[in-house]
Amino acid sequence: MARRRSTSISSGRPKWFVYGVLAIVLATAIFPFYWSFLIGSGDQSTIYATNFSWIPGGNFIHNATEVLKNPAVNFWKALGNSVIVSTTTAITTVVLSTLAGFAFAKLRFRGSGVLLVAVIATMAVPVQLGVVPLYILMQKFGWTGSLGAVIIPALVTAFGVFWMTQYLSQSLPTELIEAARVDGCSMIRTFWHVGLTAARPAAAMLFLFTFVTTWNNFFWPFIVLDQNNPTLPVALSLLQANYFVDYSLVLAGVLLATVPLLLLFIFAGKQLVSGIMQGAVKG
Amino acid sequence: MSSTLTKPDRPTEEQRRAGGNAKLTWRQRRGHWDVKYSPYLYIAPFFLVFAVTGLFPILYTAFISTQDWDLVRNTGSYVGFEHFAWVLQDREFWIALRNTFSIFLFSSVPQIIVATVIAAMLDQNLRAKTFWRMGVLLPYVVAPVAVSLIFSNMFGDKSGLVNTLLGDIGINPILWHTDVIPSHIAIATMVNFRWTGYNALILLAAMQAIPRDLFEAAAIDGAGAMRRFWSVTIPQIRPTMVFVIITSTIGGLQIFDEPRMYDTFGLGGANKQWLTITMYLYNTGWGKFNFGRAAAVAWILFLIIVSISLVNFFLTQRLIASDTVAKKVKPKRVKASKGGK
Repeated sequence: MARRRSTSISSGRPKWFVYGVLAIVLATAIFPFYWSFLIGSGDQSTIYATNFSWIPGGNFIHNATEVLKNPAVNFWKALGNSVIVSTTTAITTVVLSTLAGFAFAKLRFRGSGVLLVAVIATMAVPVQLGVVPLYILMQKFGWTGSLGAVIIPALVTAFGVFWMTQYLSQSLPTELIEAARVDGCSMIRTFWHVGLTAARPAAAMLFLFTFVTTWNNFFWPFIVLDQNNPTLPVALSLLQANYFVDYSLVLAGVLLATVPLLLLFIFAGKQLVSGIMQGAVKG
Repeated sequence: MSSTLTKPDRPTEEQRRAGGNAKLTWRQRRGHWDVKYSPYLYIAPFFLVFAVTGLFPILYTAFISTQDWDLVRNTGSYVGFEHFAWVLQDREFWIALRNTFSIFLFSSVPQIIVATVIAAMLDQNLRAKTFWRMGVLLPYVVAPVAVSLIFSNMFGDKSGLVNTLLGDIGINPILWHTDVIPSHIAIATMVNFRWTGYNALILLAAMQAIPRDLFEAAAIDGAGAMRRFWSVTIPQIRPTMVFVIITSTIGGLQIFDEPRMYDTFGLGGANKQWLTITMYLYNTGWGKFNFGRAAAVAWILFLIIVSISLVNFFLTQRLIASDTVAKKVKPKRVKASKGGK
């Protein structure tokens, strides 16, 4: 028995049992979405029915439009804001992290080791620690309630710098940089043509990762933004406050807010998966 | 290659002989500065952003925590460690601390175990690898706020899905929103839903880096699948395990989104059953508008996170390390004696 199994580690396919367990895991991952659709497509009476049916009702469109047109929830504004905040943050994070990563990985300068350690050390600091003064700071600048207050602190992350440094130091041959320099490229052009090109796979992953994280971020936007100018998670919190007894509307709204990111995941999830896999090996 | 060509940013041998740097052209000098100062320019954005939105606030938090903060004037007056003393004497703080730890244990312990098992399954030669990996990661992209709203419904006290299913198998409904431990389990479930797959992928990556001949060798020595998992896989992924445990500790102790959205009021339940420290911080700062106390809570939380992370680090290092040594030595002896016969 043990012998036969041992051959399967390198060559054979695993048993049906493994697929069975993974299928259960997958079902667990999908079920909550199906559940929101089930509730979101019903009306209030469905939830309190003693025997609920596993077949969706026909009210989803109605519930969704109800949520979309509620002025207190500001759904479209929130969607737009989330797109703006996540895209801006992801782009600046990728560019600035690649720039810093390029310097740390491939350029020689005094203090680079210490500075890199400093970057990594900042990762250990929890968000909560700086939240009170950051809020006061934003108030002084008059930025509370505006998207800038969410974007500015997230322009570049320590994780991004560390990630790009790791990637570039392993995958960008120093000869390439030398060649570009010999050909008369300035540093910044070398970065633009050689660094950024080599960084493309890791940059794509960093973009996705930052995008998803920013999109889902709640704590800080919840503190610094107000109801008139929310991001999607903040709008979701308003949704609950507005329809607190009518779960079919709340869950229809939740599903609506989740769809954009699910679509992104379907198209780019492969990249995200391989990025996470890669990062773990190197990190 | 580069030795035969002249780099534009350095003076040539002839120029150096003729008078060194003094006779550098403008272009060369610019090239020299470029090499010398560009790196600092490239890393500057990170440090600038961090200085303004990270370092300054941290130091300023320490300052504010010693102040009685006036929200209107946005200044404070010195009160020393009064806020710290107040927070440490507040019953709600200790309840929040208890809840945070309880939710953290209910989430991270099963999560890491399940993630390791899923990773081990994904580590096999599966058909449609990417499909399964994506499926496992799916919950990770959903906003915690959304997850919380969905699960809060499923864990409804009166007519939630979970209680209905429990009723079907003859178990009395559990008061997920009223009782302490059930509410912690429900919130931990949300955390587990979102993070198990993510951690599984990280552990999977570590597993894939294990040289396959280690497994072959163990298999030839007669180790079954379970034995190989315990004696080869687990010790080999130790650093990643430590990483996962520490990140989930840091994340778990900061938990806010899920408990905050668990009911409509966001105050942690009628008896603060699921109030966490970060919620306590938020309620102190933006509910009661006492920034001084909120800053003190932030520092206390920070110190707790640092100390727990350190304890975690040493514990996991030691536990897994001693395990490795024990298991590495014993099988070898057995092997040797067998070989002798």
